[in-house]
Amino acid sequence: MTTDLLNTPKTSTGKSLRTEEMVVNMGPQHPSTHGVLRLEVVLDGEIVVDVIPHLGYLHRCFEKHCEHMTSYQQVIPYVDRMDYVAAMTNEFAFVTAAEKLLKIEVPERVHYIRIIMAELQRIASHLIAIGTFGIDMGAFTPFLYYFRDREKILDLFEMTCGARLLYNYMWIGGLSHDLPPNFIEKTKQFIVEFKKSMTEVNDLLNYNEIFIKRTAKVGVLPRDLAINYACSGPMLRASGVDFDLRRDDPYTLYDRFDWNVVVGKGEVGVVGDVWNRNMVRQNEMWESLKIIEQAVNSLPEGDVQKAIPKRIRPVPGDAYGRVEGPRGELGFYIVAEENVTPFRVKGRAPAFVNLSVINEISKGAMLADLVAIIGSIDIVLGEVDR
Amino acid sequence: MENFIALLSDPIVAAILIAFIPLVFILVYALVVLYGEMKMAAHIQNRLAYMENGWHGTLQPFADMLKLLQKEDIIPAAADKLFFIMAPYLVFVGTYASFAVLPFSSGFIGSNIDLGVFYLVAVSSLVVVGLLMSGWASNNKWSLFGALRSAAQIVSYEIPGVLAILGVVMVLGSMNLQEMTKLQDGGIQNWLILGGNFPLGQKLALVPFMVILFFIYLLSSMAEVNRTPFDLPEAESELVQGYNTEYSGMKFAIFYLAEYANLFLVSAVVVTMFFGGWTSPFGSFMSGPVWSAFWFVAKGMFFVFFNVWLRWTLPRLRVDQLMYVSWKVLTPFALACVMAVGLIMVW
Amino acid sequence: MTALTTYFVDIYNSVHSAMVGMKITIGQMVSPTVTLQYPREKKPMPERVRNRLYMNFDDCIGCELCAKACPVDCIDIEVLKAPPTENLGETSTGQKKRIYVTKFDIDIAKCCYCGLCVYPCPTECLKMTDVYEFSEFDRHNLIYNFTTMTPADVESARAKVKVYDQEQAAKKAAAAAQAAAAKAAAAQAAQQTPAAPDAAQPSPAPKQEQGQNQNPPAPESGKEQQ
Repeated sequence: MTTDLLNTPKTSTGKSLRTEEMVVNMGPQHPSTHGVLRLEVVLDGEIVVDVIPHLGYLHRCFEKHCEHMTSYQQVIPYVDRMDYVAAMTNEFAFVTAAEKLLKIEVPERVHYIRIIMAELQRIASHLIAIGTFGIDMGAFTPFLYYFRDREKILDLFEMTCGARLLYNYMWIGGLSHDLPPNFIEKTKQFIVEFKKSMTEVNDLLNYNEIFIKRTAKVGVLPRDLAINYACSGPMLRASGVDFDLRRDDPYTLYDRFDWNVVVGKGEVGVVGDVWNRNMVRQNEMWESLKIIEQAVNSLPEGDVQKAIPKRIRPVPGDAYGRVEGPRGELGFYIVAEENVTPFRVKGRAPAFVNLSVINEISKGAMLADLVAIIGSIDIVLGEVDR
Repeated sequence: MENFIALLSDPIVAAILIAFIPLVFILVYALVVLYGEMKMAAHIQNRLAYMENGWHGTLQPFADMLKLLQKEDIIPAAADKLFFIMAPYLVFVGTYASFAVLPFSSGFIGSNIDLGVFYLVAVSSLVVVGLLMSGWASNNKWSLFGALRSAAQIVSYEIPGVLAILGVVMVLGSMNLQEMTKLQDGGIQNWLILGGNFPLGQKLALVPFMVILFFIYLLSSMAEVNRTPFDLPEAESELVQGYNTEYSGMKFAIFYLAEYANLFLVSAVVVTMFFGGWTSPFGSFMSGPVWSAFWFVAKGMFFVFFNVWLRWTLPRLRVDQLMYVSWKVLTPFALACVMAVGLIMVW
Repeated sequence: MTALTTYFVDIYNSVHSAMVGMKITIGQMVSPTVTLQYPREKKPMPERVRNRLYMNFDDCIGCELCAKACPVDCIDIEVLKAPPTENLGETSTGQKKRIYVTKFDIDIAKCCYCGLCVYPCPTECLKMTDVYEFSEFDRHNLIYNFTTMTPADVESARAKVKVYDQEQAAKKAAAAAQAAAAKAAAAQAAQQTPAAPDAAQPSPAPKQEQGQNQNPPAPESGKEQQ
């Protein structure tokens, strides 16, 4: 908004002052953009006028790599590394798509174990999301409490498949290892300890008045905007849309367990604001604990490697398999031809799609709010850039 | 030998020597509180900090100090050189000069002036000038942001702080910090937070207002020092380091030192005004020039650690909420308390 | 609620939630820490852990299934098919080794620790151990050479293979010559009888000679794999 300073009458109000908008770069290296995300922010004082994200700083050509493998099973380590914070989810989505393509039915025990791993991974991913969101707000302590709990989950994973972060565990047609003998007892112990820790951090962070003041009524994502921009996961559910792939488009046996879909109710603030997204993630962890408890108590017997095919030679065709990941709908579209390697693997990353809404919801917010909004979208750049 | 004693009693030399004592204190205290803050933060977060150098890391602050001293002092090419270099020293001077009126013990005060608190508030406002200079001279949009926010914050929080001090000055009748402390001598019942050395009726009437004034001064002093929950100027996750971004080496060390010194300064003022300064809570037991220095430092360190505790617990406030707290919450309450205290004292 | 009530309720909530938070942090401060002081205290690794690769070279039969399974191509193998007359020994699982493995390099810097190479090995000679402290100062020291054949061994193996191939080729040539001679004898025998197929005689002989000249170079270029 510029005015010609020479020709305007000198008044005592600020209207004759020439103001300019400042373009600031929340550059690729910044403590609060959760990775190498570059945001070009146009500011009018402290108010954000426009936000333009620039991506691609972590692009690793993973989809191209998948076209040059010697087997479909070899794609699994690559798929792990897409969203490195929640690797089991990526594997789950890929094997769902591949099993659809190859028309493989897996035994029930495999379904149950996959559900347990996916829910444990959901908890681990939400722990990072809420913890780093706390750091962005200035509360440094809940992050460390949550990482202490995440260590326990990573110990469970290490006990099962040998790796802490990138598992290569879910194979097409089954799993790489069966559960070790003391897994069930350790999981039950973890559940008990974690419930106590979650209540503590809830009091420390979520219901803290300063935190509420920073996050309530900020970055409101209306319902129709969320649906139009194809948002999914906690972002969609916090805006009041009751949609969860685990219940509405079943890809495995989630209907055998008694659990609820967490939808934002606007308990504090407005439905669709940052506080609600955080609360949806927190409550989803409670629901995941319920599912894990029930699954662990009713695990069927069986051989987890029975249905793994010796050689994978698919019939030409395509398949799209999707799961409900911690960030939203994670899907893989595989195009196969008469070859050991896929012709094309496309990953539909939920963080990428959710990030597209940032321009709309941060108009009129202050710079400190922008940090809160980015933290609440829960992006992982590995997924956004692939 | 006689020449030496004559030299010492020369007023200027004596003044310089006396001025060194708070400086030495600040340097030693900075090392101690650096170690203490990191260890306390670590134990709050269920982890161990500093375990390598020395027993449980006690030599680590020396290592940090050596590291900062030998670091390269980088001045950005497009920075305003004179202001860039002057800024940290101005911030430090604003804090250090206020140490002159702090009553460290019953036998030692740097400068026993009648305007004690007034001088303190005035000189510590130099810090704002220093911060603005550092933000502007850094030639960095983020530093400028931090400096502007900081200036707005410090200036707004001086109002409730000064009103709280006004309330205390009205009750005790003197602006001289040494006088204020002497008036609270004689045991814990004479401390101003519990009503002061007055007849019982007046004392009981004063207690709630003194408590409120104590909280108001505590909050505004935290905002003056830029500590969480008011640390938006140096919000690590937004502005990288605020006005501190472009500083490295010795200048950064001076900023750091100035922040810790300021923290002790405001804790010491809280202690002097409300908690009896160097007086012992037991009356005449454990009092005397040396014991009173111990009490003063111990009480000051308690409030320093209270600040550290708050820093690692609470998230930070946004700029407009900070302003809201200052103008719409602290100032009305402070005004109301000052009026009430005035009525009680007159009545 | 009027604005005034909200105002006071807000203040009360702030102070109350701050005090709740402070109680939690102080409670955590006096509870024991969870830090393991590495490198003095190390966490015990579970048995399925996937860290550095180790290979028992005596058991390797040179099938190259691990190199094919690796998604990042970090295993580099060169083999030489040994002549049947050589005895390379047996693996610990009882399989007879028939292939010289002249080069078996694993670039552990490229390895993504997925474990896909461990499953296909028929003799289970490739394993993932629990060693995770193997940093080097020079990147090239991270290429692990597992072959126990020295360059002299490799040369002698190549020489042996060459000799064997030449023998095989000579044998084949001799066999072909014998077959040709047998055929010529049979043709001559047929010639003794009525001289009707006269024109057919000269044609077999030149063809055999051409065939003999072509055979010797072929085996050598085919069998030596680089």
